Amino acid sequence: MLKVNDINVFYGNIQALKGVSLEVNEGEIVTLIGANGAGKSTLLKTLSGLLKPKQGTIEYLGSSIAGKQAQSIVKAGISHVPEGRRVFANMTVEENLELGAYLRKDKDGIAKDLQRVFELFPRLLERRKQQSGTLSGGEQQMLAMGRAIMAKPKLLLLDEPSMGLAPLMVKTIFSIVKEINKEGTTILLVEQNAHMALSVADRAYVIETGRVVLSGTAKELKETEQVKAAYLGGL
Amino acid sequence: MKKSKVFWLYAIIALIVYAIVQFMITSDQLDMYYSNLLITIAINIILAVSLHLVIGITGQFSIGHAGFLAVGAYISAICTMHFDLPFPVALFIGAVVAALAGLVVGIPSLRLKGDYLAIATLGFAEIIRIIFLNTDYVGGAAGMQITQMTTWTYAFFGVFITVIIIANFTKSRHGRACIAVREDEIAADAMGINTTYYKVVAFALGSFFAGLAGGLFSHNFYIIQPSQFGFLKSFDILIYVVLGGLGSLSGAIIAAILLTVVSMYLTEFPETRMIIYSLVLIIVMLYRPSGLMGTKEITDYFKLGKRSKGGNLDDQ
Repeated sequence: MLKVNDINVFYGNIQALKGVSLEVNEGEIVTLIGANGAGKSTLLKTLSGLLKPKQGTIEYLGSSIAGKQAQSIVKAGISHVPEGRRVFANMTVEENLELGAYLRKDKDGIAKDLQRVFELFPRLLERRKQQSGTLSGGEQQMLAMGRAIMAKPKLLLLDEPSMGLAPLMVKTIFSIVKEINKEGTTILLVEQNAHMALSVADRAYVIETGRVVLSGTAKELKETEQVKAAYLGGL
Repeated sequence: MKKSKVFWLYAIIALIVYAIVQFMITSDQLDMYYSNLLITIAINIILAVSLHLVIGITGQFSIGHAGFLAVGAYISAICTMHFDLPFPVALFIGAVVAALAGLVVGIPSLRLKGDYLAIATLGFAEIIRIIFLNTDYVGGAAGMQITQMTTWTYAFFGVFITVIIIANFTKSRHGRACIAVREDEIAADAMGINTTYYKVVAFALGSFFAGLAGGLFSHNFYIIQPSQFGFLKSFDILIYVVLGGLGSLSGAIIAAILLTVVSMYLTEFPETRMIIYSLVLIIVMLYRPSGLMGTKEITDYFKLGKRSKGGNLDDQ
């Protein structure tokens, strides 16, 4: 479904991604784990068109999307839940969700997906008229995910959904990630919480200072000494 | 009540206010001083509302609004004085040219953010002013003499049209997109909103109405000079928007009315005028740091009782 081949991405003079290649197949949950500053978020931003790669190709459903504008990538079915949630704080929950469907014209489909989001996240239904800036961190994360689902993506890019959340909330969020995936959305998940990420994912990539250093099925990686020592606290 | 009914209700109230004032002017119950005050208020409302669209709704910090006011003022004055066009046509041409100027300024400068954008717009406004200052065709520094043509009717309908268009724009899908840009540009981008496009659209639309205000402004006094459109004028407009509450249309209107009235009455005390005016600003900002209205609209206060806190699937 998604094939990233040898991309280089720069912030000014600083190279954040050095020849990263990866692949996501339809129906999978693929996770990308790594420390702070490894380039995980940079990769997602490049995929969703917020950053442009200097070199390399990104192929999505058979056509190249490298360097395309964000809105055409969203239209093609890639939805990005940015790091730090970034909900529209002065809008209500419902308005946030409506904006998620900004590029869609099918009113019935939008109404249906709104129901679906409320079924996935009953908390959002309770708070639909509330200003989203007043939600708790976990609720904002739910809103950010719900908003992305409203675009009806084929591929959902999740950037650190567990960041700053209580352990119980992290569990809830991850079980919802699994559920979204079961309903047919492919997921590329970026995480620092490697333990959680590896337990839901099918396959995983480990990224360090802009390079992919390890890849394999989630199960395999969980058993790798290197991953155990660096990301799973040597358990 | 249905939304369209509410809209017509407000429109009718506005028209009744217009008719009463118009009757009072024609029957000489309102003297020149007060009718002039009303026209000045109307012009300032248009300016405040047009800048509200750029700063309050789209979140682009522009402090060069007087530049577009100047374009509208001079272009419409040229149309009536040099080409003998009818006043309404001149107003429209002034506004369109101001919108084009907005596009020319906006396309390169809206790539900038925050302070940088502010400085760039300030610079552009000064460039516009200097151009008029050095153009002999419009009188240069000495200014341009203009026949008084602005009446309460023109001023009122200027406000009426401006408020209706900007209020509806804000409520539309495009307005939502603009608010999303203000709230979080990266998230707006990730939603598939063309952020640059909406910034430019809001900027051009804001400039259009600033140009309209310019036409009314120039035909209200007998002379216009480039010095009237300096950056202090830009700050005056900015103050209306900030004092009213960023993001509140009615706040911008209320602040424009309040400050125009305050500064008009203070002309009787020229020595202390700016001190009192500044004190008013300081006091308001101390007690209402997010502006008079915050992000609320005055209409929000009338339907508070109807708001339910939660929601369920049935009340869609």
